Amino acid sequence: MIEVDNLFYRYPSGVEALRGVSLEIRRGEFLAIMGKNGAGKTTLVKHFNGLLKPTSGSVKVDGVDTRELSVAELSRKVGMVFQNPDHQLFCETVEEEISFALKNFGFDEETIEKRVEWALHLLDLERYRKSSPLVLSGGERKRVALASVLAWDPEVLILDEPTIGQDQRQKEILRQFILQLNAQGKTVVMVTHDVEFVAECNPRVVLMSDGRIIADGAAKTVLTDFKTLREASIIPPQITQLFSSIAKYGFPQDVIDLWEAKSILHDVLLGGKVR
Amino acid sequence: MSFLEGFRFRGSDSLMHRLDPRVKFVYVCVIFVIAVVYTDFLVQVLLFILQFPAVYLGKVYRQWMKSMRGAVFLAVFILVSILLSQYFYYGYNLLLSDFEYALAMSMRFIVLVASFSIFFLTTSPDYLGLALEQSGVPYQFCFAFVTAVRFVPVLADEAQRIIDAQRSRGMELEKGSFLKRVRNYIPILIPLIVNAVKRSLELAESMESRAWGSSKKRSSYYTLKLRRGDYALAAISIAALSISLYVKYLVMQGLIRIPMVLPLILRT
Repeated sequence: MIEVDNLFYRYPSGVEALRGVSLEIRRGEFLAIMGKNGAGKTTLVKHFNGLLKPTSGSVKVDGVDTRELSVAELSRKVGMVFQNPDHQLFCETVEEEISFALKNFGFDEETIEKRVEWALHLLDLERYRKSSPLVLSGGERKRVALASVLAWDPEVLILDEPTIGQDQRQKEILRQFILQLNAQGKTVVMVTHDVEFVAECNPRVVLMSDGRIIADGAAKTVLTDFKTLREASIIPPQITQLFSSIAKYGFPQDVIDLWEAKSILHDVLLGGKVR
Repeated sequence: MSFLEGFRFRGSDSLMHRLDPRVKFVYVCVIFVIAVVYTDFLVQVLLFILQFPAVYLGKVYRQWMKSMRGAVFLAVFILVSILLSQYFYYGYNLLLSDFEYALAMSMRFIVLVASFSIFFLTTSPDYLGLALEQSGVPYQFCFAFVTAVRFVPVLADEAQRIIDAQRSRGMELEKGSFLKRVRNYIPILIPLIVNAVKRSLELAESMESRAWGSSKKRSSYYTLKLRRGDYALAAISIAALSISLYVKYLVMQGLIRIPMVLPLILRT
């Protein structure tokens, strides 16, 4: 779906944000890109919908080089939800906000109405349809932003820091929601710092540091590799830390998930021995 | 946006940076006055050349070139529009002196941008505020001024983010008729203004929670003091101003003439 080949990107200010990134994202995959501030995560995903064009190397979406397509053409396929919803909300009502992109993409009236309805329902925003997006709470505004992108049903969904400023309950709803979208065949890429959230989602994890990819694999593998995580300034999930500290008793070291941990501990406490 | 980079202060140190902002401002104003008083191409070119030592001493060549590149673009626009208006005004006829005049006006613009660019590149907004404060301007106004200057890059940064977000939703800025293009900016301006207002309220709250305005007379940690270099620049500025005004007086009396540049070039 998205092929990145030896991508370099230098900002006009001279900062080299990406230095030789190669990555392949297959259709229907669920991917989390992690790394410390300034590692190049957001710079990388901005190449996926053509907001940034490679300084050298190439990015292909569906086999077409992004240099040959406009941002609007690419966005039709690759929907991007930004970190801060306040950077995009400008309409008088939530309804209009969601239909903005649909109008840009040239959908007809009838389809727009249907899609808006669908998106409002999907994100539980129906009661706010006539309210101004500016009076909603932070979490609700984030949902409006998400709805406004999902409305045109892009094949790939990119989420930049989706969990920032969300409480535990909203995070759980978001997690279920992402997993559901992914199960329906949508490719999901999220950029995040939230290790615990990633551990619960269990996607493929790409670790970035200083404009390079330093690890790429299943969450279970990447999030339990203490050495590489340290390089990316990420603290392993608490469960993993716990299991690491009791390694000498023969506990497995590749546990990131609360449920798995629970069942292992359950067995030990009842059976009296480590499997 | 790179044009604005030519006005954005970055912490650095040089002879120009250490000069007193008040004196530097006087110097820039003198350049401004001379540039406005004269309409001769030769004088404007000389004024432009006068900026080179300041750029060299301030070590701001690269950023300065950015503002210059932007200025040249606008200067060409000025040149063409003056020539066109002269052409139509004088009955479809242009003299060499019209070209000279148009060149002088464009050069004047470049000189103004050049000198102010150097000023802003080598003067930190903090010192600018301090200079205002010690010149007796009420603190509220100084603070407002410094804040405004300081938030320009923040606003530029935010505008770029908003443009990115809206383009990701299929917005195309460069599409449609002129009116449509103007309307295209609404999705950018509204979030930008809303966020700016929000930020200013937050700023006010955070300032007040740090006892802003609790005492009438504020003391400052840094005080500005004129040094030898400052006196030298002040002397140069005053000398330059008096000489140029005197020469202008002589010109107006018809005692001397400033030669035109174009005929000289064409003759050789």
